[in-house]
Amino acid sequence: MQALARHHSIFFLIMRRLRAPLILLIVLFAVAVLGLTLAPGPVVDGKPSYLSFFHAFYFISYTATTIGFGEIPYTFSDQQRLWVVISIYLSVIGWAYTLGSVFNLLADRSLRQAIAMQGFVRAVRRLREPFYLVCGYGETGRLICQALDRMGVRAVVIEVDENKIGELDLHAYAADVPALCADASNPETLKFAGLTHPSCIGVIALTNDDATNLSIAISARLLAPRLPALCRAEHVATADNMASFGTRHIINPFERFSETLALSLHAPKASQLLGWLTGVPGSEVEQRRDPPRGQWIVCGHGRFGRQMVSAMDSEAVPVTIIDLDPKPDGVHRWVQGDGTGAESLRRAGVETATGIVCGTSSDTDNLSIAVTARDLNRELFVILRQNHESNRALFDAFDADITVVPSRVIGHECIAILSTPLLVPFLDEVRARDEDWCGTQLDRLTGRLGWTVPEIRSERINLSRAPALYRRLMKGQTVTLDMLLRSPSDRARRLDCEVLFLDRDDDDHVLMPAPDATIRAGDELLLAGSRAALNDIGLIIANEHTLAYILTGEDLPGGWVWEKLARRNRPRTNPQLP
Amino acid sequence: MNLEKVIFGFFIVLAATLNFGFFVGDIENPAHHDIYELFAALVVSLIATVLKFGDRTQIGAVHLSTSLVADLQLVAAALVWGYAAHVHPGGLTPEMTARVVSLSGGALFANVVSVIILIAETIMQRR
Repeated sequence: MQALARHHSIFFLIMRRLRAPLILLIVLFAVAVLGLTLAPGPVVDGKPSYLSFFHAFYFISYTATTIGFGEIPYTFSDQQRLWVVISIYLSVIGWAYTLGSVFNLLADRSLRQAIAMQGFVRAVRRLREPFYLVCGYGETGRLICQALDRMGVRAVVIEVDENKIGELDLHAYAADVPALCADASNPETLKFAGLTHPSCIGVIALTNDDATNLSIAISARLLAPRLPALCRAEHVATADNMASFGTRHIINPFERFSETLALSLHAPKASQLLGWLTGVPGSEVEQRRDPPRGQWIVCGHGRFGRQMVSAMDSEAVPVTIIDLDPKPDGVHRWVQGDGTGAESLRRAGVETATGIVCGTSSDTDNLSIAVTARDLNRELFVILRQNHESNRALFDAFDADITVVPSRVIGHECIAILSTPLLVPFLDEVRARDEDWCGTQLDRLTGRLGWTVPEIRSERINLSRAPALYRRLMKGQTVTLDMLLRSPSDRARRLDCEVLFLDRDDDDHVLMPAPDATIRAGDELLLAGSRAALNDIGLIIANEHTLAYILTGEDLPGGWVWEKLARRNRPRTNPQLP
Repeated sequence: MNLEKVIFGFFIVLAATLNFGFFVGDIENPAHHDIYELFAALVVSLIATVLKFGDRTQIGAVHLSTSLVADLQLVAAALVWGYAAHVHPGGLTPEMTARVVSLSGGALFANVVSVIILIAETIMQRR
């Protein structure tokens, strides 16, 4: 990216390149004009007339540009015509050369890059709304950008692959997404893309190269320390390195899934609760069978396979590993092979196994293993790794128990972190609870809200988000959750939503607060429920009239005059002061 | 020695000398001011301007601006001459000649500044 630093001087770049053709043009013009003034013209009044500079310049101007008005002020003499013939050919060469240079310059790759760069830098500089800097527009990047677009947050994209930048134009986004084709590991590029822009609210590093993600994380840490950074890391060493300098969120798709698997092996209820809370809103949670305990087979001992093996080791599940390059460690049984043939699967004991993980980096191999294994053992629990989104139809056709799509795992995690920052501490709390507690909560929540994955939203009780409730609380009124979560059309009916987590202003927090818990100004609520109910909540805490109806059952008269009149007829109630 | 520098210096100095050659003489007398010299001064000045394109240093910018001033003045002088010789009913009167020459005088000043910058630049580099 040599053109990067020069983006300020495109004008000078063009001028420098056009120096030679311009000088040639000037010289040819000058020679033609001069020659024409020197050539003797027809004899007028007994002596030969000469063209003046004015007429010569006029004539050459329209001849050289192929307009051609005729011979002025008198019909030319043969000497003049001879010179004009020479001038015409000279000027044609000059123009052809100049135009050729101009078109050559316009088609020039580095110039086009410089122009695109300038447009991008201008678009980013003009952003006045909060935006995320998304590095890497692969499958995950696309998911994130679409989610951000739905949330009404702008995004700026850096992607190294030109084709993917082209793809970005094809997707319909509500807001314009400025995109740059450049290497995001270059700090200068990140700066141009708005890393130090006051409206930038976060950096998301999703490239498929760990080294690039690492350098993005370092740049973000040093150039914009206040910004949260979400980084994808597929190697443990990279994740450790990122954590060492305080990267806010590190997402390892394989580790995240193996944690989920380990949880579902030892605590199915907790795993179901987490699945219900973090699924795609609106989708039905599959009442799928839980991964059984028993003999497991892992095909492919790569990054994914290793994580799966360690997850099973921690749950004390016996594992047989099929890999082309066995590395016997004395703990697991190793079988040499690639698992796609029945022979190696049989040697690994597929007939007696309870589950199989198809975790190679090739989608075709994974499907082939899964199909062969299912043929050999109908009851087998199949976990399938899908590497590319384009193979989705094939994976949908094969009915695996769990299909792991790394790009989707990262995407969902990022979206959850971005849309509801409170979700992460809440989920950490839930993971720390025991199986019984999770079972009770799961029954209670699904009993109230159904098995459909709810919308999760957080609301902060402050002056900008919740002016009505905030003012009441500051006046000293007591409001409990039960009082608040009422339908705005009928206050006797409860809203279809639950408060999962209450984050107090003073670093205190309540998990699954009871209905009589009081709300204080500055609290942040994590709510789960239907979209309509959550929209109602937003209305209740922001609108004075709705809130008054919910809390007291009275319809406030709208407008200052009516309020004064209504207040006169009512005995004054002193606000309760703490 | 650098051929580019030689050509650059040559055109700047030539623009100034041609301009001076046109300028000297009785300001009102058309016989003292050859129109071919004005033409040459204008062409050389335009070439000098194009040669200065693309230099992004501070001195390069000043060079370019003085050259643009000289071009502007000379083009104005040429336009006045064209008007006087072909449109003005009285032809190239002493009054008109004085206008052309004084405009070229302004261009001469810009060209002199250009030469001074060239000299200053050379001295500054001490090579």
